[in-house]
Amino acid sequence: MTESPPDTAEPAHRQLGMTDDEYESVIAILGREPRPAELAMYSVMWSEHCSYKSSRTHLGRLPSSAPWVVVGPGENAGVVDLGDGWLAALRIESHNHPSFVEPYQGAATGVGGILRDIFTMGARPIAVWDPLRFGPLDEAHNRYLFGGVVSGIAGYGNAVGVPTLGGEVEFADRYAANPLVNVMALGLLRREQLVLSAASGVGNIAVLLGAATGRDGIGGASILASASFDEESGSKRPSVQVGDPFEEKRLIEACLELYDRSLVVGIQDLGAAGISCATSECAANGGMGMDVDLDSVPVREDGMTAGEILMSESQERMLAIVEPAAVADVVAVAEKWEVNASVIGTVTEGGSLRVRQQGELVAELPAASLSDDAPKYDRPLARPGYLDELWAAGLTAAPPGDVAEVLPALLDDPALGDRSWIYQQYDHQLFLNTIIEPGHDGSLLRIKGTDKALAVSTDGNGQRCYLDPRRGASRLVMESALNVAVTGTMPYAVVDNLNFGNPEKPEIMWQFSETIDGMAEACDQLMIPVIGGNVSFYNESAGVDIYPSPVVGMLGFADPMPSSPPRLDRARAAMEIWLVGPRDETDFAASAYSRVIHGRLDGRPAATNPDVGRGVIAAAAGLAHHLPVLHDISSGGIAVALAEIAITSEIGLSIGDVGWSELWSEGPHRFLALCEPGSMPTLEVPTVRIGTMGGTTLDFGRHGAVELSTATGVWRAAIPRRMA
Amino acid sequence: MVFPGTNCEHDVVHALDLIGLQPELVFHKETDLTGFDAVVLPGGFAHGDYLRTGAIARFSPIMGAVTAMAATGAPVIGICNGFQVLCEAGLLPGALVANRDLAFICRPVHLRVETSRSALTTGAASGEVLRIPLNSYEGNYVASPETIREMEAADQILVRYCDASGTISDAANPNGSIGNIAGVCNAAGNVAGLMPHPERAVETVLGSTDGIGLLRSIPAFADLVATRP
Repeated sequence: MTESPPDTAEPAHRQLGMTDDEYESVIAILGREPRPAELAMYSVMWSEHCSYKSSRTHLGRLPSSAPWVVVGPGENAGVVDLGDGWLAALRIESHNHPSFVEPYQGAATGVGGILRDIFTMGARPIAVWDPLRFGPLDEAHNRYLFGGVVSGIAGYGNAVGVPTLGGEVEFADRYAANPLVNVMALGLLRREQLVLSAASGVGNIAVLLGAATGRDGIGGASILASASFDEESGSKRPSVQVGDPFEEKRLIEACLELYDRSLVVGIQDLGAAGISCATSECAANGGMGMDVDLDSVPVREDGMTAGEILMSESQERMLAIVEPAAVADVVAVAEKWEVNASVIGTVTEGGSLRVRQQGELVAELPAASLSDDAPKYDRPLARPGYLDELWAAGLTAAPPGDVAEVLPALLDDPALGDRSWIYQQYDHQLFLNTIIEPGHDGSLLRIKGTDKALAVSTDGNGQRCYLDPRRGASRLVMESALNVAVTGTMPYAVVDNLNFGNPEKPEIMWQFSETIDGMAEACDQLMIPVIGGNVSFYNESAGVDIYPSPVVGMLGFADPMPSSPPRLDRARAAMEIWLVGPRDETDFAASAYSRVIHGRLDGRPAATNPDVGRGVIAAAAGLAHHLPVLHDISSGGIAVALAEIAITSEIGLSIGDVGWSELWSEGPHRFLALCEPGSMPTLEVPTVRIGTMGGTTLDFGRHGAVELSTATGVWRAAIPRRMA
Repeated sequence: MVFPGTNCEHDVVHALDLIGLQPELVFHKETDLTGFDAVVLPGGFAHGDYLRTGAIARFSPIMGAVTAMAATGAPVIGICNGFQVLCEAGLLPGALVANRDLAFICRPVHLRVETSRSALTTGAASGEVLRIPLNSYEGNYVASPETIREMEAADQILVRYCDASGTISDAANPNGSIGNIAGVCNAAGNVAGLMPHPERAVETVLGSTDGIGLLRSIPAFADLVATRP
């Protein structure tokens, strides 16, 4: 079993997290027993984290093509065409286990890693988002993890000079011993700057750029990211890397200058599995081999073994493939930016990766075997037994109550309250692209010098996916698409981060497979390509798995962008409040109302409707060019969506004919639209006026009322009062 | 001025372009500023802010030319990290330390203009309230009581944190700065620094245009110096 703790009596391959069968495959490939360094390389490259061995069987069901996709899944980042020579690169990753072991550095190096994936493609990273999950904030250790992760993201992201435009956050018991730290980055580039990771051209030189290689992060991919947690996880701290944003900032500027001057033919970042991964991928992608000399690798300490140097996950390193004549220029650019540059290898004919240390051959293997021959498992699936009971038990209506009690309780929930405590720690304005800042449904970035804009939303709802992974995943895609639509863009591409428990349990694999189907179905219906993603398994601690937690990162695109995009703070007195989309009063499965007010997690979430979904998304994207406020209805239902508009705009409202259950129900495909009196356009989707802005009260008529000042105070304090 | 780790340089260039100037980026290893009318040290994390903010940047080769330029009376402006570098280099009084709440702050703040005699405030009126983004971890201005008294006597306080109505209060102080001070200048007024980012408030679509007046002060002040008998 891969999760048993290291035991000195165990054979070497098992200590490295490799099964006996996998070890036999290595022997079959090499025709002999592997040398220690070779075993180290296979163990990391064939880990769950690097090889996707449990998930590859299923990932092919996601749609990944569209005419505007330039680079699909498999490269460092997905790339789409924005017209006029502009491309956007998007990538999402997880840094869950490192962040539990060491929250500040775990989160910081997550940011560093995702940025390298983006500038490896030739793009300047222009923004980062961080979807997060923690245990409830009433426990001190959860507050420590949450605070540490947020300051790690801020500490690294702000210093490296890339704005962080938010993300999203949820708190639940299931994440207490296994928090989720996902990170997504967006880059922008001109078409001619696109660089891929192929090492073409016999005799070309491999130049290692950036930080020296140390013993940090050895086995991060195989030991930390590809096994479940147990009581000894604290001792895995040395497997967490340490980040240096200043090194990364210089590395970014140096690489962008190398691309500008066309000095590299290929480049690859060093992340999981370090030099092993970068050299073998560059060689295999180009159909070549490579000779690597480990004595040329700058190291932080003496006496590092070949295996340690090959496996180290020291941060802030890149491998550039350069024509021999360009080496001097590459070294000069590196010197300008105070970045180390070392020639460590040569591209060779044939597919063999040969590694030498002190003249001795320490590894010789087919480069492609590290990726192409990795094991692929079709693990058994089983529908969990808990579902039937939970589906039968859910609320179908809200028991009678008073807005004055229910609404403040919801606004006080840290997942629904004001998140500015988080995003005010992030520089979210750098580069002067930010038109809609964090705190809205989606962020909106302009592309300077054009009329184009990109919107981004990240969304996840693990509890809904727990109750029905297929419907939950489909709803995520629909919600995320609506979130970018209310900023005035149309959904254009998706990346996904699939955070799940232990794949060796059939119930977890079933959740995974259902999630893929739900996501594929919704992406097909909306014609949105999935251009990249990441799978994080083994999010299990002491036998308890997290909720199935797919996170969707949606990219929206507009050309031209709205001249005055909708914002939550643009509501004014006398504006009409409209509900756009189907009426709904029965969807309480995994709703905030069920969780916060009744402490329950049960029922079956409503299904999506592709025709309605498409119609509502198109309506929102169109209205965004004319109306001052549009707001997606999600957690907390209509009532919380209304409160967010009122609080942010500092004005009250009164609501007419909306039923009690309808206030809290969370059915899909709905948003609120505000307009000047008499100016609501006719739409092809259901539209009904439900109220008017004005006054100093949130007045829900027969259902009760809350003073705006009370609602504001509770909402603003939801996170700060817990973190004080 | 670009140090390794500087990150607001492209934003400052964008903003200065918008107001009709001809900005050029100068790398920190240069030593000559001949031909330039003014210098802006933009925000970021020069040399990673290792050791202490601005502590290494002050030794960069270009700082000799910056100091010489300051001595001629030409505008030398520091924004955020640039302000920290000017303090560390001794071109401005005081220093910047970690925020009162030990957390990074990125949000718009209100500033009250205290004097229009500097290279950053020639185009603003005393008492005017501006809304400009703040973005810093070490934005907490400190100086000895004597220094503060001397600066106040010499009219060297440029802007203070205030509320929307212009009232200076503890509640309107985001980071604990002494006297709510957000920006200061030297005795001659040509060397000026502030923590908030005027270049982030130059277009309606970004939420504020209140930074334009401050940035326009730079050429206006340079003209004043040039035409002085």
